[in-house]
Amino acid sequence: MTSEKTKASEEQMAYAKVLNFGMWLGLAVLVLTFFVYISGVLPSYVPIDDLPKYWSMRVHDYNDKLHAPTGWGWASLVGKGDYLNFVGIAMLSGLTILCYLVILPILIRKKDTAYAVIAVMEVLVLSLAASGLLKVGGH
Amino acid sequence: MTQRFAFLFIMAIAIAGLMTGGVAIASSAPAAPAVQGHADMHAVAPVAPEAPKSTTPWWVWPLSLFVVTFILGILAVLGGVGGGVLFVPIVGGFFPFHIDFVRGAGLLVALAGALAAGPGLLKRNLASLRLAIPVALIASSAAIGGAMIGLALSANVINTLLGATILFIVVIMATAKKSDFPVVPKPDALSQSLGIMGIYREESLGKDVEWNVHKTPMGLALFVVIGIMAGMFGLGAGWANVPVLNLLMGAPLKISVATSKFLLSITDTSAAWVYLNQGAVLPMIVVPSLVGIMLGSIIGVKILAKSKPKAIKWMVIGLLLFAGLRSLLKGLEIWK
Repeated sequence: MTSEKTKASEEQMAYAKVLNFGMWLGLAVLVLTFFVYISGVLPSYVPIDDLPKYWSMRVHDYNDKLHAPTGWGWASLVGKGDYLNFVGIAMLSGLTILCYLVILPILIRKKDTAYAVIAVMEVLVLSLAASGLLKVGGH
Repeated sequence: MTQRFAFLFIMAIAIAGLMTGGVAIASSAPAAPAVQGHADMHAVAPVAPEAPKSTTPWWVWPLSLFVVTFILGILAVLGGVGGGVLFVPIVGGFFPFHIDFVRGAGLLVALAGALAAGPGLLKRNLASLRLAIPVALIASSAAIGGAMIGLALSANVINTLLGATILFIVVIMATAKKSDFPVVPKPDALSQSLGIMGIYREESLGKDVEWNVHKTPMGLALFVVIGIMAGMFGLGAGWANVPVLNLLMGAPLKISVATSKFLLSITDTSAAWVYLNQGAVLPMIVVPSLVGIMLGSIIGVKILAKSKPKAIKWMVIGLLLFAGLRSLLKGLEIWK
């Protein structure tokens, strides 16, 4: 039996609600787009039959050989079966940012300044990671 | 309902894979599909002679991946570990994919598992947002650095370090004690000022349990290391999160396990974006693995009630030992 004392906080429940909805939505999109990909309904940027020739390459070599997009370059290729899958992957990867944005007004209303500041910082960190601005050099 | 959907889905994937693969085999002509993307026009044709020829049809690999990750999903639940820690060394060691793509997939597998478990754990107040938010900021920032370091290193260095890390995890799993309700004599100043504390219902005891934490600064410092390792190797870091939260900071075991699982959804998000932006994510590896692990986990939970936890724990440790040695020897080019 859950008493009032052991109940999750308002922001925790809000976070859980968005996470639950977003997770199922992202997963459904991922699964659906994968079917589109392997069924060949849409053309693939890298033909599926050729993929085994390239998946054992380092990612830098793979990108160089195939002129594969980095950063958000995939967004312009969602008409290709393989890159269409990135919509679901991006949804799942972006969900946490959305959850933080949802709880931020609650933390501010509660005057929980420390956690509001930490939440803003987390959104900035995740947004930086998602931005594609961070470049990784090869070796 | 969910299980039925998942089962139908995976059956459909397998059938579609077989059908598409069948078409690929039936067409004995060299790859010159009518529908080709940019890659063909700009790059595939010129590099084709350099690329190693594979006689195995493409669909064999995602299908094998699905079967293996399904089994890993069962073992992960029974062994009390996250899927990522089994996924990366085993798939990296025994599948033809480059370790860059395996780590990208490993992060997304761990991320999906954490996203799926998160809502239930938060609603039941087992995962504590209060505890997770400060820790997550440290770990997710460090994971970005780890991911960038990992993608800049050579495969041999990564495999060697990964092998050593997995062997270290084996030692932790074999020797570390866990404490259901650690004693926290006095919460530290930082945790008090942040209000990191809580109450949860311990059903096994039929009572409410209040908890606090201590040694928060040291715990946060360790999450820098954990974040870097998670990003660098594409591992979900539950194996490290739980001992730090439970044994060092003094959170009850249930709170530690649940918060750790939820924490992965934030830590792995930052690293996953780095891998995604560098192009180190191949849907052909990610989706079958993700679905395999999730379905395996569902079955694992069902088996859990009837299993002998100790025997399975040692089986998982044995599997990790083998996979860790394989990574290490592959990295050192002793077992290619």
